[in-house]
Amino acid sequence: MGSIFTILVSTIFVNNYVFAKFLGICPFLGVSSKMETSTGMGVAVTFVTTLASIVTFIIQKYILDVLGLEYLQTIVFILVIAALVQFVEMAIKKISPTLYNALGVYLPLITTNCIVLGVAILNIQEKYTLIETIFSAVGASLGFFLALVLMAGLREKMETADIPEALSGFPITLIATGLMSIAFAGFAGLV
Amino acid sequence: MKNFKVFLNGIINENPIFVQLIGMCAVLAVSTNAINSLAMGVSVIAVLVGSNVAISLLRKFIPEEIRIPVFVVVIATFVTIVDMFLNAFAPDIYAALGIFIPLIVVNCLILARAEAFAYSNGVIASIFDGLGMGLGYTLAITVLGVVREIIGAGSLFGISLFGDSFQPAAIFIAPPGAFILLGLLIAIFRTILKKRATN
Repeated sequence: MGSIFTILVSTIFVNNYVFAKFLGICPFLGVSSKMETSTGMGVAVTFVTTLASIVTFIIQKYILDVLGLEYLQTIVFILVIAALVQFVEMAIKKISPTLYNALGVYLPLITTNCIVLGVAILNIQEKYTLIETIFSAVGASLGFFLALVLMAGLREKMETADIPEALSGFPITLIATGLMSIAFAGFAGLV
Repeated sequence: MKNFKVFLNGIINENPIFVQLIGMCAVLAVSTNAINSLAMGVSVIAVLVGSNVAISLLRKFIPEEIRIPVFVVVIATFVTIVDMFLNAFAPDIYAALGIFIPLIVVNCLILARAEAFAYSNGVIASIFDGLGMGLGYTLAITVLGVVREIIGAGSLFGISLFGDSFQPAAIFIAPPGAFILLGLLIAIFRTILKKRATN
């Protein structure tokens, strides 16, 4: 029980996947300009990451390790993730067309979200059990969700601020991310 | 001549990092010093040129409906080759780059070039495109790595520059520094591009 709590606190706060681990930066910069797209993306990423981590864990344990095919890890994992994203896309289209339209092109882009593949590989490297894998995936995506929502709030405020032209857009967003990263570094030593 | 324009395009006008802003995760994470940055840049060039050539050679045989999964498999294969190569011949760099070597496979840059260029252009042009984009990426990540290493550790390529009494600003080696410096570099690059365009 203690290790699951440690994993959750670690992945959401101390080693936040965006602010400390540098994963998921591209969608973080692309989607965080509006609050609704941020929440939609956060939920979609959580779902895909958790499912992908479970499936890749099972494939690694019962197929790749057993047959000695560990070198195929990258290829197999990315194919699994691509297939899962396709499936989630079809599901969202059926269940909530408004969310589907809101997310637009960002939904298939979850395939190239470093977090999904990154978490899958890290779970294997850390030799987690299935339960720890699930919580690591949930924690990582919740940390991403948190980063997205925080940045969306900031960017909506920054739209009405007076920013020098050279810095407007991505440069100021990156600098703001850097400052938030300093803030999150304050969590170090929690676990 | 046309190929040279394609080549230059990747370095300046459509620089993957300073203009297109794709493939950022590795740039921020790996640029803690100049050597790692160079190594990551060279790995990306290898995968990019390799996959561009392979996809351009096969473009007549890849059906349009399944082209994205095919691209992904081709790119993942080259990434696995580079991964094993680094593990065998440069174990220090392999350990330093860590998880970001397999993550080259989700670097949007490589998939984007496959889709936008290699799938509809010849092999020679694809080589130039891959080299140009890869060099643009390498230049950007190395610049960031050099700046971070000089300010944050007082050294360059591992050689100490300022002697023992220099107090480096260690924050620039840490994650916050990466974000802030990259933001500033993008602002500078954009200003330079704009000045060139108005002249």
